[in-house]
Amino acid sequence: MTDAASPTPRVGLFVTCLVDFFRPRVGFASVRLLESAGCDVEVPAGQTCCGQPAYNTGDLSDTRDIARRVIEAFAGYDYLVAPSGSCVGQIRQYPTLFDEGSEWRRRADELAGRSYEIMAFINDVLGITPPEQGFTGRVTYHDSCSGLRQLGIREQPRRLLGGNAGLEMVEMDERDTCCGFGGTFCVKYPDISTRMVDQKAESIERTGAETLLGGDLGCLMNIAGRMHRRGQPVKVRHAVEVLAGMADEPAIGEEEQ
Amino acid sequence: MAVSEADFRARARKALDDDNLQAALAQAKGGFVDKRADAILDLPAFEQLRERGRQIKDHTLEYLDTYLDEFEQNLNSAGGQLHYAADAESAREAVLRICREAHARQIIKAKTMAGEEVGLNEALEAEFETVESDLGEYIIQLAKEPPSHIIAPAVHKTRGEITELFDTHHHGRSGGPLRETPDLVNEARGVLREKFLGADIGISGANFLVADTGTITLVTNEGNADLSTSLPRVHIAIAGVEKLVPSMQEASSMLRLLARSATGQQITAYTTFITGARREDELDGPEELHVVLIDNGRSRMLGNDYREMLRCIRCGACMNHCPVYSAIGGHAYGWVYPGPMGAVLTPMFRGLDKSSDLPQACTLNGRCQTVCPVKIRLPHLIRQLRDDAFEQQITPATTRWGIRGWAWLARRPRLYTAVTGLAQRLMSRLGRGSVRRAPLAGAWTAGRDLPLPGRGGTFQQQWQARQRSGQDG
Ligand code: SF4
Repeated sequence: MTDAASPTPRVGLFVTCLVDFFRPRVGFASVRLLESAGCDVEVPAGQTCCGQPAYNTGDLSDTRDIARRVIEAFAGYDYLVAPSGSCVGQIRQYPTLFDEGSEWRRRADELAGRSYEIMAFINDVLGITPPEQGFTGRVTYHDSCSGLRQLGIREQPRRLLGGNAGLEMVEMDERDTCCGFGGTFCVKYPDISTRMVDQKAESIERTGAETLLGGDLGCLMNIAGRMHRRGQPVKVRHAVEVLAGMADEPAIGEEEQ
Repeated sequence: MAVSEADFRARARKALDDDNLQAALAQAKGGFVDKRADAILDLPAFEQLRERGRQIKDHTLEYLDTYLDEFEQNLNSAGGQLHYAADAESAREAVLRICREAHARQIIKAKTMAGEEVGLNEALEAEFETVESDLGEYIIQLAKEPPSHIIAPAVHKTRGEITELFDTHHHGRSGGPLRETPDLVNEARGVLREKFLGADIGISGANFLVADTGTITLVTNEGNADLSTSLPRVHIAIAGVEKLVPSMQEASSMLRLLARSATGQQITAYTTFITGARREDELDGPEELHVVLIDNGRSRMLGNDYREMLRCIRCGACMNHCPVYSAIGGHAYGWVYPGPMGAVLTPMFRGLDKSSDLPQACTLNGRCQTVCPVKIRLPHLIRQLRDDAFEQQITPATTRWGIRGWAWLARRPRLYTAVTGLAQRLMSRLGRGSVRRAPLAGAWTAGRDLPLPGRGGTFQQQWQARQRSGQDG
C-alpha cells in the first residue's frame, strides 16, 4: 500500500453469519489469503450479521441498529473485507438508512467506501494474484447476483483462480441468472426457488465440471443442497478455499473426515 | 379482466405443475433474451440511449400538466377529443358512452394494456360484439383468459393448444387438422379481415402521445392497429397519462428503445402516427377520434416514492429477464401486469394489502434493472414496498416478530455467539455432510438437502479459542 501511515493494510474481516455458522473454514481461508497478500488481519469483536434479512424484510429500524454496530466495530480499520458480495452489497447500502447530513450518514458513507468483497479486494485494491495452489480439475463458477450487479464482480475471481495452471474453467450457460436463493426468498417460496435452482443445477451439469466455485455461501449452499438431492456429484466450494490452498477438505455438504 | 389477487402461492404451484405452460415458457425465455442482446450489440450507444430515455420520461413527468394541456389543444385542433378518466370505472364509462353515442354494434380492438388495466373488455363484451385483432389477444379472447405477458399476451399457449382453440371456434374453417404456425396465422387473418370491415368502432392503446402535435403513436408487428384505427367510423385510443412525450424527437428516441427492449427489433414492423380524425380532403381515416386518458392512481404515484415507475414504457424486458417470471409465467401474478413491473404496479393500482405476495416473491437479483430501457430501479422499488408492508403490518405477524427476534439477538454479539454456538452444535449432530430433513427447516428441505456445519464450533468460537491459545489464524 502506498499509505505512509500504514504500510501494511489493516483489514477487519467481516466473517458473515453464514460462514460463521455453516462453514468456518471459509473464514480461516480468508484470513490466510489476506495475510499471504500482506495484510494485517483482525476479526473485530461485536460483529454478527450485516442486517440483510431485516433489510430485505422491510424492517428498517432493526437494520439501522445493526448497521450502527457494524460501523462501530469496523471503525479504525483501513478496510472491511468479507467473503461475500451480498454482505458487502448490504454494507454499501448503509448510507441510505441514515438522514443526509447526519453523523451516522457520514460514518456509513465512510465505511461503505472502504468495504470490499475479498476477491475484488485482492485483485482491484491490492493488485495481487495469489500464488499457484496446485488445484487441478474442471471447474465452473457461479456469479452471485449481488456481487455481479451491485459490485461488478465478474472477472476478478476468474483472474485469481487462473493462477492455478491445472484448473480448467468452463463457463455455464445462463451464467447471469439467479440461482433462486434470494435470502429468505428460498424458504418463503420454496416451490419457485426449487425450480430456479434446478435450472441452475442443469446448467452446471451441462458443463461437465467436477467442482462449482462461487463467492457467496448462501447461493452455494442452495445449489449444493439441490445437487445433493438430485444425486449430482459436483463438489461445491467457496472460491477462497481454493485460493488459500484449503480445497483438500470436505466440500459443502460433504462428510467430515 | 379480473384475476383473483389472493393465493399467489397456489397459482404459482399450479403454474409449476403445468407442463404445457412450462414448455411454452422455456421456449419463449431464450428467444426474448437473445434477440434483445443481439439488437443491443448492433447499437453501441444503447447505454446513452437508455439514459436519454430516463431523462425524457423524468422531464415529461416533471411538467406533466403542461404537456397534457398542450396535447389536448393540439388534439382538438386536429379534430380529436380528449376524455379524462380519474379511475377505471370512469374510463370504462367514457368508452361505453362514445360507443353508444355512435350507435355501435361491432367493435374491433387492437392491444391495449391500459384497456386491460381498467377492465374494458368485459364491459364492452356485455353490450357489443367485440373482437380482438392482435393475434395473441385474439387467441386468449377465444380461450377466455387474461394476457400473461404485456407484449406477448398468449406466450403461455403452445401451438397445439392454439390449434385446438381454432378448431373449436372457427368450425373447421380451414378443414382438417392445423399444425403449422403460418396456417394458424392465415386462418386468423381470414376471420379477422371480416371483422375489420364490419366494425363501427376501433379501439387501440397508445405507445406514446406527442404533446406538440397531438399525435398518437402506435407500434405493432401485425399491422392490426392500422386497420383497427383507420377502417371503422370512430377510433378510441385509451392510454395512461404517463404516455405523453414532448415532441416527435423524443418519441423517436423512445421508439428506438422500445423496439429493441421488447422484441429485439430495430423498429417494429408497423409504427403508426395518428394526428387527428379524417380531414375534409382525406380519403380514409375515422370520422371521430377520441383519446381516453386514464389516471387510475398515476397522479398519486407522481407524488410518492414510486414516481419513477411512471417512466415504464411497457416493453416487457423486465419480465423476459426475470427468473421468477420464467418459472411461473404471468398468470400467477394475479392481475394484468406481471413480472417485476407488475410487482410494483399491482400494489400501486390495486393496493399493497391485496397483492402483498408480489413484492416478496422476488430474489432481488437485479437483472430486471439492468435491462429496463428507462432505468427504473425495480429491485429498489420492490424492496421499498416491503418497507411499506412491514410498517403497515401487512407483512404477516409471524414474519415480523421472527425477524425482530432475530435482530434482537444480532444486536447482542456475546449472546449471539453463545446461541449460534449452541444451535450449531445441535445441528452438526443431526448427521454427517447433508440431511434430507431437519427440524424447523421444512421449507429448505422441501427441494434441497441441508448441508450441515462441521463439528468444530462456529468461526467465532474457533477464532476466540485460537486467540486465547496464542495461535495464529
Ligand atoms: S419496468 Fe422497464 S423493463 Fe419493465 S416493462 Fe417497464 S420499461 Fe420495460
